[in-house]
Amino acid sequence: MRRFWRGALLPGVFLLLWEFATRWGWLQYESLSWPSAIARAGWTALLDGSILLATWQTCQAALLGLVIGAVVGVFTGAILGLWTPVARTAGPTFDALRAIPSIAWMPVALLVYGWGLSMEAAVVAYATTWPILVATAAAVRGVETRLLEVADVLEMRFRERLFKIVLPAAFGRINVGLRIALGVALVVAVTVEIAVNPRGLGYALVLAQQSLRADLMYAQILWLAMIGFLLNALMRTVDGPQSAPGGRRA
Amino acid sequence: MSLADRQISTPAGPPIPAGDRMPAGAPALSIRDVSVTFGAATNRPVLKDITFDVREGEFLSIVGPSGCGKTTLLRLFAGLMAPTSGSIQFDGKPVAGPSRQRAIVFQDYTNALLPWRTVAGNIALSLERHVPSRAARDAQVAALIAKMGLERAAQQFPTQLSGGMQQRVQIARCLAQQPRIMLMDEPFGALDAITRQTLQDDLLKLAAETRMTTVFITHDLEEAIYLGDRVYVLGANPGRIIETIEVGLPKPRNQLTTREDPKFLAHRHHLFGLMQGH
Repeated sequence: MRRFWRGALLPGVFLLLWEFATRWGWLQYESLSWPSAIARAGWTALLDGSILLATWQTCQAALLGLVIGAVVGVFTGAILGLWTPVARTAGPTFDALRAIPSIAWMPVALLVYGWGLSMEAAVVAYATTWPILVATAAAVRGVETRLLEVADVLEMRFRERLFKIVLPAAFGRINVGLRIALGVALVVAVTVEIAVNPRGLGYALVLAQQSLRADLMYAQILWLAMIGFLLNALMRTVDGPQSAPGGRRA
Repeated sequence: MSLADRQISTPAGPPIPAGDRMPAGAPALSIRDVSVTFGAATNRPVLKDITFDVREGEFLSIVGPSGCGKTTLLRLFAGLMAPTSGSIQFDGKPVAGPSRQRAIVFQDYTNALLPWRTVAGNIALSLERHVPSRAARDAQVAALIAKMGLERAAQQFPTQLSGGMQQRVQIARCLAQQPRIMLMDEPFGALDAITRQTLQDDLLKLAAETRMTTVFITHDLEEAIYLGDRVYVLGANPGRIIETIEVGLPKPRNQLTTREDPKFLAHRHHLFGLMQGH
């Protein structure tokens, strides 16, 4: 507790300075609001449900995209990791595709799907596939040889081998890719909303900015930080089969 | 018929249905002029011109110094690798790859067990595709758990067990696949002396009950003699067979009396001399 207060000291002082510096007119910028106004704006947005609706829209697109990206990334990554010849053949193509910024697909996605959930989820899926694919391929390549030999001796076919041996053994490291992808998903979803898609928190931010509501804008940014934090904490609890009692595999 | 009936609990009956048995006297494995060279053909071979038979139902020990290619030989038998030249036949057919009929117990049990599955789950792995009925599978797993003395560990994870227990799990999993031959790669090499002796005796009992053909690799002379019906001695550089002995010690064997038997000591002296020369 003592450490908490000590850690909270600096931000506390900063907030107080900010509050009074802006209120007393020492700082005067259109882009700046002050802590109490931000809190009030956030509270109002929370009460009228607008920020909750926007949050739902953003999370919906981010998670849908992430799920698609995870399925595609895990399967493609597993195949690349299992078969070196495939990795050698397809590797350069994937590297080239990966080099395209996901944001660059926004106009294409807009043409294909129009405004709405689909186009946003599609861009998120594209962006999240890569970290998951790369992590999965590396994780699968790193699966203990002995385990693969056990699968060989038991004459496991591809599916059984994949689901009973390879993916569980690689889970810990795939999970790292998933966690990175989760952060990417949120960033890309908000970016797409700010740039083209009239929904979600990104669009709400744009609206607040255009109507010169700096207080609301900062409230929304803080809200986004909280969401990111919560999602990451959520991901951490999903630690999977390797956290079996007795410790995880190195 | 459950696995327990077939292979484990009825020492009197044939371990494998008559139809599956090979004609009496036919070798389980026959190895002809097998050589293995890693890397360039100009390199020294790891194994050179190995020729021998593993007899049906016997316990064959293969002993040799480190680096003599023992493990390579066992991997050839398992079909996990192919020889550079020569042929290996199992049941009269060339070994083309790994098979459920040839179980292999690896030395490094920590890597060979699935850390995310319990003991029971690890054993069930061998049965899942072949015994679709959940109840039948559970019964077979339970029988093997009892057989290997793993009752108290059944719901634990491998990392929670001692080395000896983990190796028991691996042996149980291999038994579950109902192999025709059991290939064991220094399975007790990493265990302490007491655990090792207990496992040796349990293995002998198991081999006697199931009459399963077993190839047991070790670098421990005494272990090779104590367990084997026959012992092959491999020399290093290149790996080749330098001696074959028929052990001829009475069974069941006993950690005290067998090891004090003059014949045991004579074998030990003989093999020790051979190994010294290499």
